[in-house]
Amino acid sequence: MNNHYQLVIIGGGPAGLAAAATASAQGISCALLDEQPEPGGQIYRSIESVPDQRAQKLGSEYLRGKKLAAAFRECDAEYYPETRVWSLNKELEIGIIRNDEASMITADQIIIANGAMERPVPFPGWTKPGVMQAGAGQILFKTAGVVPDNGVVLAGSGPLLLLLAWQYLHAGVEVKALLDVTPLSNHLSAMPKFPRAILAHHYLTKGIGYQIELKRAGIPMLFGVSDLRAEGDEQLQTVCFKHSGKQKTIESELLLTHFGVIPHTWLSQAAGCKHKWDNSQQCWRPEHDEWGNTNIPGIMVAGDGAGINGGRSAEHAGRLAGFESLFALGLLTQEERDKLAAKDIKWKRDERHIRPFLEAYFQIPKSLLATTDNDTVICRCEEVTAGQIREAVQHGHDNSNQVKFFTRCGMGPCQGRQCSNAVAHIVADESGEAVADMGHFRGRPPVSPLTLGQLAALDKEESV
Amino acid sequence: MTTDVLIIGGGLMGSSTALQLAMRGYQCTIIEKASPGRHSSGVSAGGLRQLNRDPAEIPLTVESAKMWRDIESLLDSDCDARFPGQLRVAENKADMEKLEQRAALVRSLGYHHEEIIDKKELYQLVPALGPGCVGGLICREDGYGRPYHTVTAFRRKAESLGVKYQTGTEVYSIRKDGDDWQLRTSQGMFSSSILVNCAGAWANQVSTMLDEPVPLTPKALALMVTERLPHFVDPVMGAASRKLSFKQMQNGSLIIGGALIAKLDFEKEKTEIDWLQMAKSANTVVSFFPQLKDVRIVRAWGGIESFMPDNIPVLSASQTYSNAYHAFGFSAHGFQLSPVVGKVMSELIIDGKSSIPLDSFHISRFNK
Repeated sequence: MNNHYQLVIIGGGPAGLAAAATASAQGISCALLDEQPEPGGQIYRSIESVPDQRAQKLGSEYLRGKKLAAAFRECDAEYYPETRVWSLNKELEIGIIRNDEASMITADQIIIANGAMERPVPFPGWTKPGVMQAGAGQILFKTAGVVPDNGVVLAGSGPLLLLLAWQYLHAGVEVKALLDVTPLSNHLSAMPKFPRAILAHHYLTKGIGYQIELKRAGIPMLFGVSDLRAEGDEQLQTVCFKHSGKQKTIESELLLTHFGVIPHTWLSQAAGCKHKWDNSQQCWRPEHDEWGNTNIPGIMVAGDGAGINGGRSAEHAGRLAGFESLFALGLLTQEERDKLAAKDIKWKRDERHIRPFLEAYFQIPKSLLATTDNDTVICRCEEVTAGQIREAVQHGHDNSNQVKFFTRCGMGPCQGRQCSNAVAHIVADESGEAVADMGHFRGRPPVSPLTLGQLAALDKEESV
Repeated sequence: MTTDVLIIGGGLMGSSTALQLAMRGYQCTIIEKASPGRHSSGVSAGGLRQLNRDPAEIPLTVESAKMWRDIESLLDSDCDARFPGQLRVAENKADMEKLEQRAALVRSLGYHHEEIIDKKELYQLVPALGPGCVGGLICREDGYGRPYHTVTAFRRKAESLGVKYQTGTEVYSIRKDGDDWQLRTSQGMFSSSILVNCAGAWANQVSTMLDEPVPLTPKALALMVTERLPHFVDPVMGAASRKLSFKQMQNGSLIIGGALIAKLDFEKEKTEIDWLQMAKSANTVVSFFPQLKDVRIVRAWGGIESFMPDNIPVLSASQTYSNAYHAFGFSAHGFQLSPVVGKVMSELIIDGKSSIPLDSFHISRFNK
């Protein structure tokens, strides 16, 4: 690995892979860093190594990743799998850990393409063994073909939940129920966005197709579910919820939840990029232009890390960022860039058609985002409950960062990834202010932990 | 709005001063440009250290240590204060001589809180310490507290006695109108008969408005914290000749500091960790405690603090205007002094003289 590249791409999902294939075609020095052992990101995880039979069960959208990974393998970009970025700043210095060793490299251009994460939504019992995020279930399935033995309850909101139910159905897993917590009132509020969504009817028909198959297979699908709780002594035993005005329970050892995805903003925050609250997507995201440029010169964002638009859109965004970095490096004129990028710009806009409808339809209700159950643990690392957060607000700590100072929530090893949004929602709810005004946790480096020994070894003069 | 006293800065010193004044019946309003404890007051390492202070500070630190012992009666909160001692380790004979000289100096001033310990006692106190150290200097009454909790405790107690916090309020100009101070701020006009400058890293901007600029340098001090570990060390650890300061907090995490400077954009109030500096510090920690090399660092941050050229604060009446006072410039060791600062400043303001001499801290020392 060199200590300087013209372009460094962080993330090996659709955006990163497309950016690398696009930019390296012009003979620049380009490196792609990724935490995973294989290209593909979350959406196309294990795409190169997955057995055909399992790939079929994962569906056609998953198989799309094969072409992308192959094009990346063909290109001249240097590929560094299992490489973690622990620091990034506005001078375009990147701290990385590879083979357990820390080092610093620099770049002329950086594309952050580190994708999305599942939105953590704390509800009573969510920390109990046996309750997991649906994404974890998908990872196990994609990488190892592991599926639940004793059946599963799926709960939450959003397209991935439906997809996972469909995948499990085809893998022979007993899906005991699919509990959709999307409020029925969302159906109304999403209607005005429906006409535009028809332009992307393939997504709608796919979603409806999944539902019909699940229904045919006799899987109970309950809509408008509320008051979700996971109960059990040591381990999850019972999923409790309210449906059609009645309290109901389902016995299960496994509950997989999914409440949509939000951008992974920890790197863009570390770099000092400006972020804004996106009301429609209910999350923070970095501000950027059509090419992915942030307010920090040389730092771009592409893919779901820039705002949730899905895997296909990420591919286009990756290519756009690739063209833009070539322009920034002086290898393309503005005219050449615009000409090369024309199709991706159009396709990326087309991909956006479905989004306003999906965002309105799957809008998570406040009752879930800002739990009123004071005993629910919000910060798992530091064991801070919703009640402690509300109490801190009552004592005059009236934004997320002050609450963090006071309660230590968000100060553990996960750096607030799991609780940042929930804290903002609870503080907003308790103080009667808008979430956008609560601020996100000021990102504190390192972006991911490194050891004292790894850091000490950076001090070359007197290494231990 | 009119009040007896306007205090600029809602950190530890402003809050402590307001509290003591309120206890003696004065009406105080704090003008805070962000939120209380936003910068160094809230994010420091929280050291309660008498050990190795400038001789001028010893009377203050000793009195403050007494107040810390009984902090709950002052603030209705223990501020999570613990007193396992603070220790400076000697790695060789030269270090030991340096520490012995220091102990002799403190004794010659009539104080006995700093004690030499030999190698045997050192390893009894800190069995986890790597081999090769020869002794140390200890202050057994020292310890640490939780900074943001302390700011909050000061604020809540002060508020309970009627102190008003005017947060998100930036001072644009200061004018003396007859006997009254007139402050034009981002939230309108405020007036009072007494003005106190506790503006921390921004204190020079205030003292410049009072026509007495000071050679204050804002710097960002950096700290890093590790994941939680099983309990393995009691005292706060320092070294005689190397930059080291670390402690294991109540929750098991280690806080590592020791005058590490982060990059600072003062205008934007942005700090950025300089990892090569942190690497040096990590190296020092690992050389004293080799078993810590696989411990994960989870967070690092910088806090913006005021530094004076002589590294001791300004605790003083203004020399340009009557009824104006200063308490700032704590140069990275103000946390422990915060209770006593409120006390001496309130005495200076109300009685015209403090019970502990403050001559060394007068603002006139920078006159040339």
